[in-house]
Amino acid sequence: MTEQTSHKGKGPLIYRQSIWTRVTHWVWAICLFFLLLSGLQIFNAHPALYIGQQSGFEFDNAVLEIGAVNTDAGARGQTTIFGRTFDTTGVLGMSGSAERPQFTAFPGAVTIPSYRDLATGRVVHFFFGWVFVLTMFVWFLASFINGHIRRDIVPLGADLKAVPADIAAHARLRFHHGRRYGPLQKLSYFTVFFILFPLIVLTGLTMSPGINAIAPFLLDIFGGRQTARTIHFIVMLALVGFFIIHIIMVLAAGPFNELRSMITGWYRASPGTPASQGDKP
Amino acid sequence: MSGLRLNRRKFLGMSAVAGSGLILSGCDQFDFLGQRDNQVRAVLEQANVLTYQVQRKLIGEQTLAREYSASEIRQGQRPNGSTNPSTAEYSALRAADFANYKLTIKGMVEQELQFSLAELRNMPARSQITRHDCVEGWSCIAKWTGTALGPILDMARVKPEARFCVYHCYDNIQTSLAGDILYYESSDLIDAYHPQTILAYGLNDQVLPVPNGAPIRVRIERALGYKQPKYVHTIELVDDLSPFGQGKGGYWPDNGYDWYGGI
Repeated sequence: MTEQTSHKGKGPLIYRQSIWTRVTHWVWAICLFFLLLSGLQIFNAHPALYIGQQSGFEFDNAVLEIGAVNTDAGARGQTTIFGRTFDTTGVLGMSGSAERPQFTAFPGAVTIPSYRDLATGRVVHFFFGWVFVLTMFVWFLASFINGHIRRDIVPLGADLKAVPADIAAHARLRFHHGRRYGPLQKLSYFTVFFILFPLIVLTGLTMSPGINAIAPFLLDIFGGRQTARTIHFIVMLALVGFFIIHIIMVLAAGPFNELRSMITGWYRASPGTPASQGDKP
Repeated sequence: MSGLRLNRRKFLGMSAVAGSGLILSGCDQFDFLGQRDNQVRAVLEQANVLTYQVQRKLIGEQTLAREYSASEIRQGQRPNGSTNPSTAEYSALRAADFANYKLTIKGMVEQELQFSLAELRNMPARSQITRHDCVEGWSCIAKWTGTALGPILDMARVKPEARFCVYHCYDNIQTSLAGDILYYESSDLIDAYHPQTILAYGLNDQVLPVPNGAPIRVRIERALGYKQPKYVHTIELVDDLSPFGQGKGGYWPDNGYDWYGGI
């Protein structure tokens, strides 16, 4: 390919995302959608989180409880976090219309299925759990071989030093579109791939009695089955937070260019970027 | 053929519209997955078969579930499911304090056997403090005492073609227009012969109470709570689960839960 010169303020198109990155990205997107919504269905079967090996019914080790209570003003939804109780009527514990109130922790609009059906929630959750984990293996293997992890994911000393400047650039919505990821991008993807993804899989496995027999050390690492369940939930919240920021950043950095790179691999770099930085000529 | 031509930009725009519509209109478009005979659901359910096969490859046949110390028993064993069977048979047994109770071993065995409660209690006992994990998500640690199932199956001499134990129970977990639906469960022979698989008659150093499955409850410690059938009266060895209930191997599996129950 002849060297593209930047004219009219356009940088060159560079091949930024390999087929492995693109396919795993979209498979994960689908998986996480179904995992979240079926996971909330499963949570609704026992809408409380605890610390330790067991759920205290005759002692209190709950850190979160979502439910409905009867008051003088009728039924209300209530959420208790670390002993502090909040009225969450309409969202958590009780939702739906006044004529047809729905008494589930999370409303049917965010669960699969929309009605109470733990069995189906589990079928959906475990199917996409398998797809998610197998996709992780593919991603780690491919990204290790093609250099994606080394180039874009693992933050090095120089990246860490550049974090303050990158934060300043993000605050001004000034993005540099190059071949490599920026320092904050590296840090966030590193957190997702090397901390959140392994954590959510391992805490999920720690809830399986069969896996407890195979790998009892998981119970010790996470401090018990119920703590693992709580961590699983917290990591879910972190991934939802990541998703929201991810979408905001895509919109801020140019949704068309970002989507194109995640579909075709080709990315419009900033003016002045040497086209030779692309993987493909 | 020029009716609909998609370029990439159009495709992206339409995908975005379709995607946001999906989110905005809630999730009831996936409610079809709740239909028990749905083809897509059948595909998704194959993941449970995969889980069973992978766990069976990874888990040693004798690998024990974790046992806890006595100090971890901080509360009573929370009863769930049926807690007070109302069938005439069970009521009569209960009225006589289970003096007439018999456990039957039948099916693909060389020798059909019956044991009274006293006979079971006189056999070598095993006590284990284990964690009961309910499919709903809660857990409870308790001490279970009983006699191992494996040696009892050996006494009956299980035929080589047997593949599963079906546990028949007294409790009417559900009542339909056709009458009582009785609880039943099943396991493979690996779980049946597992050293921690016991016919429990004691709970937390007391006689097993009725809400927890008196007089006999099966404990399969590497599986979820619904695989621990209460009020068991017959253990039948079979090579096929399809003749029982709706053919999925247990009351809850018939209602959509995974049969293996190790997750």
